[in-house]
Amino acid sequence: MDHLGLWLAGLLTLGIYSFLYRDNPWYKVSEAIFVGVSAGYWVVYEYWQNFVGKFWDQKGDQPWLWIGAALGLMMLMRLIPKIGWISRWPLSFIIGATSGLWLMLYLTTNCIAQVEATIFPLFGADFDASAIAIFSNFVLVAGTICGVVYFFFSKAHTGAFGATARVGIWTIMITFGAMFALTIMNRMSLLIGRTSFIFGEWLGLLR
Amino acid sequence: MRREIPLGITIFVGFLAIVSFFSPPLEALGEDFTLFFDIIAVFAFFLGGGNLVRIHANKLIKKKPDWIYSIVALLGFFVMLAAGLFKIGNPGDISTSVTAPGSLFAMLYYNLNLPLGSTMYALLAFYVASASYRAFRAKNREATVLLLAAFVILLGSTPFGTVLTSWIPDSFDFLEIPNLAVWIMSSPNLAGQRAILIGIGLGVVSMSLRLILGIERTYLGEDRG
Repeated sequence: MDHLGLWLAGLLTLGIYSFLYRDNPWYKVSEAIFVGVSAGYWVVYEYWQNFVGKFWDQKGDQPWLWIGAALGLMMLMRLIPKIGWISRWPLSFIIGATSGLWLMLYLTTNCIAQVEATIFPLFGADFDASAIAIFSNFVLVAGTICGVVYFFFSKAHTGAFGATARVGIWTIMITFGAMFALTIMNRMSLLIGRTSFIFGEWLGLLR
Repeated sequence: MRREIPLGITIFVGFLAIVSFFSPPLEALGEDFTLFFDIIAVFAFFLGGGNLVRIHANKLIKKKPDWIYSIVALLGFFVMLAAGLFKIGNPGDISTSVTAPGSLFAMLYYNLNLPLGSTMYALLAFYVASASYRAFRAKNREATVLLLAAFVILLGSTPFGTVLTSWIPDSFDFLEIPNLAVWIMSSPNLAGQRAILIGIGLGVVSMSLRLILGIERTYLGEDRG
């Protein structure tokens, strides 16, 4: 069984890579298997993890969980066009609760925490920071302020405000460059992982 | 009433979630809401699975182009469902976990889902390379800044970056490419990240307020039935 699984994984991995040549039946079969299997996986995962684990096994101790189940059932009303509007109720619940919870969460973790982290002694706690550290601190604080100014769209980016926003763009461009570099490295490491699977685990050419 | 009741639910639940943040007796409400989300998500996933079956069955019945692959997708879906929901091919009795080693579900996950998923992502490496070609053209000042930052970080993560600037004297070691890469990550990159995070935070706060106050209603869609 392990051997069969290894061959299946190997052949399907090559099937996905065959797309680099062009769209072909081998790729389409691999893609269709991926779509079907991963959809099945998530349905099964949700069923055991959330339905059985968080509702069915707990409903005796926490009867209010039936509200969640009732809202979930209402979601399925979407399948019946005549009463499909009932599915708006669970949707409204999700939107309302998410809005309320996220409003506080983002306000504290994103806005307040980030502003708080940016307010610190630029020259060190005892004025003992090195020249490079002071320069870095200034870059960090000025970059953050200029970046936030760039996101302020209700005022025209002209004059001194525009110049500040311009520095903000450069700061954000550096961030995008860094993110891009990290994405390249992540993808490359995945590629190396798959290549090592093909030549190592599957074909046994790497020792 | 088809719009008023959902709107009322959004407003009531939204306010309740905010109030629960400030009121210790209602503190657990956030956790309960998260539990409800998880339970609702199960039904949403069932809806998604049903939709997948409907679309592919429709393609199959109407013999649309590439209908043959719909058979493969449906087969994969139902085999995974049977193996997971009914524990077909599971070692031991029905009480054994579906993910137990040696189960058909685990075998399908480790030999089909996992390698296919990671290969799909790994395939993006080639497209990222093609995107790099487009991004790494210094057409203007902003693009040049992006290019330089990415180039220094990429080079700084390789042994070549270390070798390239190893001749720099110790007193100027901050100019060595790996050190420059670390500096970019911890200063200008962090500044940009913070600005983006603050921007996202303010955006989420304003959007949440619009939803809770009933100004934003597009999620209710249009009345058809």
